[in-house]
Amino acid sequence: MRVPIDWLSEYVEVQLTPDKLSERLAMTGTEVARVFRHGPLADENFVVGKVLSAQQHPDADRLSVCSVDCGESEPRTIVCGAPNVAAGQTVAVALPGAVMADGTELGEVTLRGVGSSGMILAEDEIGIGSEHDGTMVLADGVAAGTPLSDVFAVSSDVLEPEVTPNRADCGGIYGIAREVHAATGAPLKAAPWAEDPGAATIATAPAGISVTVDDQGLCPRFTARVFENVTVGESPIWLKARLAGAGQRSISNVVDITNYVMLVSGHPLHAFDLDQIAGGELTVRAAREGEKLVTLDGEERALDPDICLIADRDGPTSLAGVMGGSRSEVSERTTRVLLEVAVWDGANINRTSTRLGLRSEASSRFEKGLSPEGALEAQAMATTLMLELTGGTLIDGTLDVGGEGPPAVVIRLRDARIVSLLGAPIERERSQQILEALGFSVQPADDGLDVTVPHWRRDDVTREADLIEEVARINGLESLPATLPLNRTGRAGGLSREQQLVRRAEDVLVGRGLCEIVGWSFADPTICDRLLLDHDHPLRSLVVIENPMSSAQSVLRPSILPSLLDAAAYNLARGAESCALFESGTVYRAGPSEAGMAANEHHGLGGIIIGPVRDPGWADARPPAARIETAHALVSSVLGALGIQWQVEDGELSFLHPGRTAMIRTADGLLGWFGEVHPAVAASWEIDQPIAALAIDIGRAAAQAPSPPFFSDLTSYPPLREDLAVIVPAGVSAASVVACVTQAGSPLVSRAEVFDVYGGEQVGEGRVSLALHVDFAAEDRTLSDEEVAPLREKIVTALKVELDGELRG
Amino acid sequence: MIERVAEIQKQAEAEISTAATSVALEQLRVKYLGRKAELPQLLRDVAELPAEQRGAVGRSANEARQTLEALIEAAAARFEAEELTAALADDNVDVTLPGSPVEAHGHHHLLSATRREIEDVFCGLGYSVVEGPEVETVHYNFDALNHGPAHPARARSDSFYIEGGGDGSEQTLLRTHTSPMQIRIMEQTPPPIALIVPGRVFRRDSDATHTPQFHQIEGLLVDEGVTLADLKGTLLAFARAIFGADRELRLRPHFFPFTEPSVEVDVSCFVCEQGTVAGGNRCSLCKGTGWLEVLGSGMVDPSVFAAVSEHGYDPESHQGFAFGLGIERIAMLKHGVPDLRFFYENDLRFLRQFG
Ligand SMILES: [Zn+2]
Repeated sequence: MRVPIDWLSEYVEVQLTPDKLSERLAMTGTEVARVFRHGPLADENFVVGKVLSAQQHPDADRLSVCSVDCGESEPRTIVCGAPNVAAGQTVAVALPGAVMADGTELGEVTLRGVGSSGMILAEDEIGIGSEHDGTMVLADGVAAGTPLSDVFAVSSDVLEPEVTPNRADCGGIYGIAREVHAATGAPLKAAPWAEDPGAATIATAPAGISVTVDDQGLCPRFTARVFENVTVGESPIWLKARLAGAGQRSISNVVDITNYVMLVSGHPLHAFDLDQIAGGELTVRAAREGEKLVTLDGEERALDPDICLIADRDGPTSLAGVMGGSRSEVSERTTRVLLEVAVWDGANINRTSTRLGLRSEASSRFEKGLSPEGALEAQAMATTLMLELTGGTLIDGTLDVGGEGPPAVVIRLRDARIVSLLGAPIERERSQQILEALGFSVQPADDGLDVTVPHWRRDDVTREADLIEEVARINGLESLPATLPLNRTGRAGGLSREQQLVRRAEDVLVGRGLCEIVGWSFADPTICDRLLLDHDHPLRSLVVIENPMSSAQSVLRPSILPSLLDAAAYNLARGAESCALFESGTVYRAGPSEAGMAANEHHGLGGIIIGPVRDPGWADARPPAARIETAHALVSSVLGALGIQWQVEDGELSFLHPGRTAMIRTADGLLGWFGEVHPAVAASWEIDQPIAALAIDIGRAAAQAPSPPFFSDLTSYPPLREDLAVIVPAGVSAASVVACVTQAGSPLVSRAEVFDVYGGEQVGEGRVSLALHVDFAAEDRTLSDEEVAPLREKIVTALKVELDGELRG
Repeated sequence: MIERVAEIQKQAEAEISTAATSVALEQLRVKYLGRKAELPQLLRDVAELPAEQRGAVGRSANEARQTLEALIEAAAARFEAEELTAALADDNVDVTLPGSPVEAHGHHHLLSATRREIEDVFCGLGYSVVEGPEVETVHYNFDALNHGPAHPARARSDSFYIEGGGDGSEQTLLRTHTSPMQIRIMEQTPPPIALIVPGRVFRRDSDATHTPQFHQIEGLLVDEGVTLADLKGTLLAFARAIFGADRELRLRPHFFPFTEPSVEVDVSCFVCEQGTVAGGNRCSLCKGTGWLEVLGSGMVDPSVFAAVSEHGYDPESHQGFAFGLGIERIAMLKHGVPDLRFFYENDLRFLRQFG
């Protein structure tokens, strides 16, 4: 919304500079997006002139040489290119020295040999409309030399306030004037609708028209007045200039009046050509399935039964609250005007304008919910202008269906409540002054004030807290003390244990050299195919967005792996030699979840490493490339940091290398996976190196992490350490060897770990040698060789019997 | 005999003191203390001496041997230290070469680092941290937060709705703010409460200053007698912890559906003096205003308490404040990141600068 200061000043005596005023408005709740200048930079050197004579230029067919009285001792000679310039006209003149809207300064010029000392203005030259062809002819009766700004708003500073959605009353300049009054103390003038030329006619409806409202919920009030003998024509220059300052185009006097009144009152109006209303009957009703309407912008609109319209005997003729129809549009031939001012249900108007993709000045005001009383205020102001500017006469009567809104409520504003909500008092007299400035009426009460809410704030101010906001915002928050609240929750605050563990897990990966990324939750539905998922794979139950911004962002990611691959591909394409990345974030599957949430969301922790396990250095020129064991080590680090007992098992996942896929199992079930990305999947991201990858449901991992451990005595009695080399058939997993050793040596084997793997000629075809560290320990004594020897025998036997293993060497 | 012992000792001491190498020293050890040397021989022969001489000769020979042993040991230690020093001096490398293997440390993403920093500030103020679902219902995202039926955020042009996601208030959408957790928490926890909700949120916006996903931290404190001044004090503590101890705070009245009164909060700019940087130029960070808009907040609207009144929240006796801040915005301001797109490109050259 644009508020020219010049126009605003008609209603409130603005005393501050535009910048200061914006600042004050911002500090009282109305942000001003920008302040700019409309029209020439200054009013100086723009005057009224009288054309004394206009003669053909001797050397140019299209130019006239005019003698113009500008109120000076001698007339000026001005060369003019407008075809309609003629002696006797009162015109707008820019004198040399005038600074035009584009910043250029007018000088004395010579045109085809004739000196020109000024410029006779066309409308577009001072920012009123786009009319360029003709000289702007002013009404007679203004003395030559009168400053042009006395005739109309040549230029103005313009504020562009961002009115918050609760302030329907600030959709008009008078509402802003009231804010300026309250915020700055500048005197407020009477509202321009204070005097209604049609006041005497309110009791009865005008003859010859009828209006039926089917659903009063959709149309709480419908008012109409009828004007006859109307002459539709051009608006006077002051009205054009006003609309131009507010960023609107002049159309005709009748339409301009409706726009002008809307811009001042915030209440939209609509003018019908009464002779184009079939039968003189209007019905406000829901549209019927399949009904269509051509709106004023020439578009044919398909309607649905949730849309409210105004129909006559021939069908729809206006889209209620959004835009009129072209059939009943006011035209040059119009002589009888029906002026409608109604109130529509805000939510319904919002729905209609969204559904039709049609937002108008009217719909954006109606959807905030306007007061029924405001309708007659707009009628009063428009009536004054219709009588003044169109030559029309008002037919007796005012049609009114619905009447005024509910009676005003009275809210008690307690002094004590102000203190308890704000933390500082506001004097009762000050509260009263503020509320009265905003248009509330106030009566003293024992413990505060009884406040009556004006109709234009009816929906916005309904409770004591709302009143406190009003007095607080106008009084200013600058002096509010800054205090800290007591924390009486009885809880210490801080991160939960799970949250601490998630941080710990992330820190482990950072410590191991991985960089954290933040990927998109959005994904392309083709992601499932790129991950080679089977048609019935559970990851295919995607959360699908109904109104995505693009198909590439139309589902939510079912796994964190694609985000990591995206980031890796991005960096590799930009010259990164290796990538070690992780992400800690939400992944999604279609719901509902066990907890009853709309989707299955879990907190995933994923990582990938491409390239060497560490950056090569001068003493370490060729570190090995990251493979499955790299991912395995990272999983060990993360789950080890969380203290979680886990096991590895062979797995099968379509997006991983079939021979290098491992599942992470805990007592609670599967917790994730690690391995190497399937080369075909990697190729889809244009990556042609092995990709070590891992993914852990870190939310579940943190939840199942054991409580902080109690002390175990691992130091008083040192373990007996033995190394064991065992040759087993290829295909016997390391985990099963470890399990066999641990079980056979139970309960004294405190550690069994594979530290070397060897398969070669000495070992024999189809066999592999594993070397293990084995620790024997007890918590209450030092073990002797004699005690361990039988266990060692048991282990050797178990390896032989269970795994066909034999000791080496 | 005793004179001979003294003579040997004197001669040996003189030679040990002038020995120049550990090899020469070893030769002296053999010469004076070796199996065939005179002094050990003398000691061995003591038994054959007359009884009255044995004690004195044995003692003096033994003392002489111990003295020489100690001297040789000390000299040997000295040679060893000197030789080690010499050997180490030869064994040098260019210490200015980089570490190897290059154990590059990883980095937290700037958004995570900033989130943690903010979480820690509020943990220090006694707040708990809770998280909530990103796929929400219209009930929690709008209705219970007092958004009118025509509130623009409900529009399909503004928010992402989920396909097949129910109707009316049960319809599902990607949460547009972290505020729905206000309701979920109050449904589960009676007052007083003090907590923050970090998380990812979504709006249908994509341009220079908007990404369709971004991150917020919601704060909510409810008790009896909580005031707007308490909100100001809390956010001042936050602003000073994040942006520096000299910061000031400015509250500007605003409108949010679920707070009343509502305020936007500005922090005094930390790179300029009231909008002007050294040299008199206009500050580009705060655009010359001297203030940085950092978050929206307000006192919890009574109608929000009314929505959870059955869980122990009474609009007449309970008051609270809520605030919501954008993690991206805080990170951009604090670290001078000029463009949102850096956060989601995940370029390593960006990531490695932070966290
Ligand atoms: Zn600054």
